[in-house]
Amino acid sequence: MKKTVITVVGKDTVGIIAKVCTYLADNNVNILDISQTIVQDYFNMMMIVDANNSAKEFSQLADELEDLGKSIGVQIKMQSEDIFNIMHRI
Amino acid sequence: MINIFEVNETNKMVEQMNLDVRTITMGISLLDCIDSDLDALNEKIYKKITTLAKDLVSTGNQIEREIGIPIVNKRISVTPIGLVGGAACKTKEDFVTIAKTLDKVAKEVGVNFIGGYSALVSKGMTPAEELLIRSIPEALACTERVCSSVNVGSTKTGLNMDAIKLMGEVVVEAAEYTKENDSLGCAKLVIFCNAPDDNPFMAGAFHGVTEADAIINVGVSGPGVVKKALEKVRGENFEVLCETIKKTAFKVTRVGQLVAQEASKRLGVPFGIIDLSLAPTPAVGDSVAEILEEIGLESVGAPGTTAALALLNDQVKKGGVMASSYVGGLSGAFIPVSEDQGMIDAVVNGALTLEKLEAMTCVCSVGLDMIAIPGDTPATTISGIIADEAAIGMINQKTTAVRIIPVIGKGVGETVEFGGLLGYAPVMPVNKFSCEAFVNRGGRIPAPIHSFKN
Repeated sequence: MKKTVITVVGKDTVGIIAKVCTYLADNNVNILDISQTIVQDYFNMMMIVDANNSAKEFSQLADELEDLGKSIGVQIKMQSEDIFNIMHRI
Repeated sequence: MINIFEVNETNKMVEQMNLDVRTITMGISLLDCIDSDLDALNEKIYKKITTLAKDLVSTGNQIEREIGIPIVNKRISVTPIGLVGGAACKTKEDFVTIAKTLDKVAKEVGVNFIGGYSALVSKGMTPAEELLIRSIPEALACTERVCSSVNVGSTKTGLNMDAIKLMGEVVVEAAEYTKENDSLGCAKLVIFCNAPDDNPFMAGAFHGVTEADAIINVGVSGPGVVKKALEKVRGENFEVLCETIKKTAFKVTRVGQLVAQEASKRLGVPFGIIDLSLAPTPAVGDSVAEILEEIGLESVGAPGTTAALALLNDQVKKGGVMASSYVGGLSGAFIPVSEDQGMIDAVVNGALTLEKLEAMTCVCSVGLDMIAIPGDTPATTISGIIADEAAIGMINQKTTAVRIIPVIGKGVGETVEFGGLLGYAPVMPVNKFSCEAFVNRGGRIPAPIHSFKN
């Protein structure tokens, strides 16, 4: 199964996780793992998700998440897990 | 499973340190397009490239989106036109029509450069190859995206001094043809010794005759990532320094490997090689010179520069080789003057001279690259510079190249603007003493003794 990594970085505010998760649920994207830290008021979250069952194309999901991020003042990136595996695992 | 720190590290490399994949280059063989009828040849070239490369740019963009790494350039290299056009082209103008076809194809499929307007003449020139070489100035002036290269020597064959003499004249002529644009034509012309068949980087890319019908080669980059990694080990000894460069080069190259595999799979074209070169851009923080300065030089060009560069180049290869299944191309650190802000500053400050650059090319790829010299430099002097650089390649069994721009109408201290990735450059002084009698001798410099290994 191809996994996807979503990262959310930005100033902490109420409801970031809720909004991202609602979007993912609406688009049939399953969350497999979440980790999150806050360093000096900066919100930093990583999700590993399964987006294979979504009706939308990868690029459309990525674009919409980016726009969602802009509306709550954070940066949201969606990337294939491959890039991290290949760089950090031998 | 991947953790948040690893994810952040990768994304920081992209967002803050200019990590990118510099180019996906599709090599395409044009040998099956050969025809004695010029129109038919042009038609076949047009059809073959547009068919094979029609999805190159969109696939590159798709991969870029999915893995989140910028893929800066998508390019095409073709079989040296000196071979392909030999049967059909009877005049310089005939060859120029092929250049125009290549330019048209490049624009249609959306690649920013197409390389392979080339001739391989390391031992001798066929009449067709000589015609192609003589047509280069016009071809580069009347096209926008066509790149040209000529291989004038190799360790196995020695140096073709007739070709080197001719290339000095061609460089000057190419400068004249494009003098309204700061002699930009010369920025698209590379003169090689030991040219590799699978180089993905422009302007010297061509698809060698030893290659398959079509192939995907990828050039990675990442001087900014190496520089940032070295900032964390300031003052440490050479062992720590070298380990840091190796580890960083490994990570950077892995990204190239992923992109190459994906591109190969999606385009249905076999994967050729990854080129490990550290390729700078004029952007701040994307400079090879800054790495050398981080290693401990006040300015690139200072004593110690050659040693620092040798170390850097070797560690990049050691780290990169393990990260990729096939490594090839030029694989080294590029030291172009105009495309690297740190190099430009060093020239302006008087720290870096042409002679020091020549010494640096002994230990790294690729050669005297993107160097602006006064427009009144004699052709024989340029031939002498080419011969010196080719001799370094021949004796050291490595690729060397010259991409030098005699800027018509400009002198030492003035600045030339090439724009985009090509950057800008201060005009550098050239040794005034003549080598005319040497260059005019004619013939070849024989292959060196260590080429006789059989």
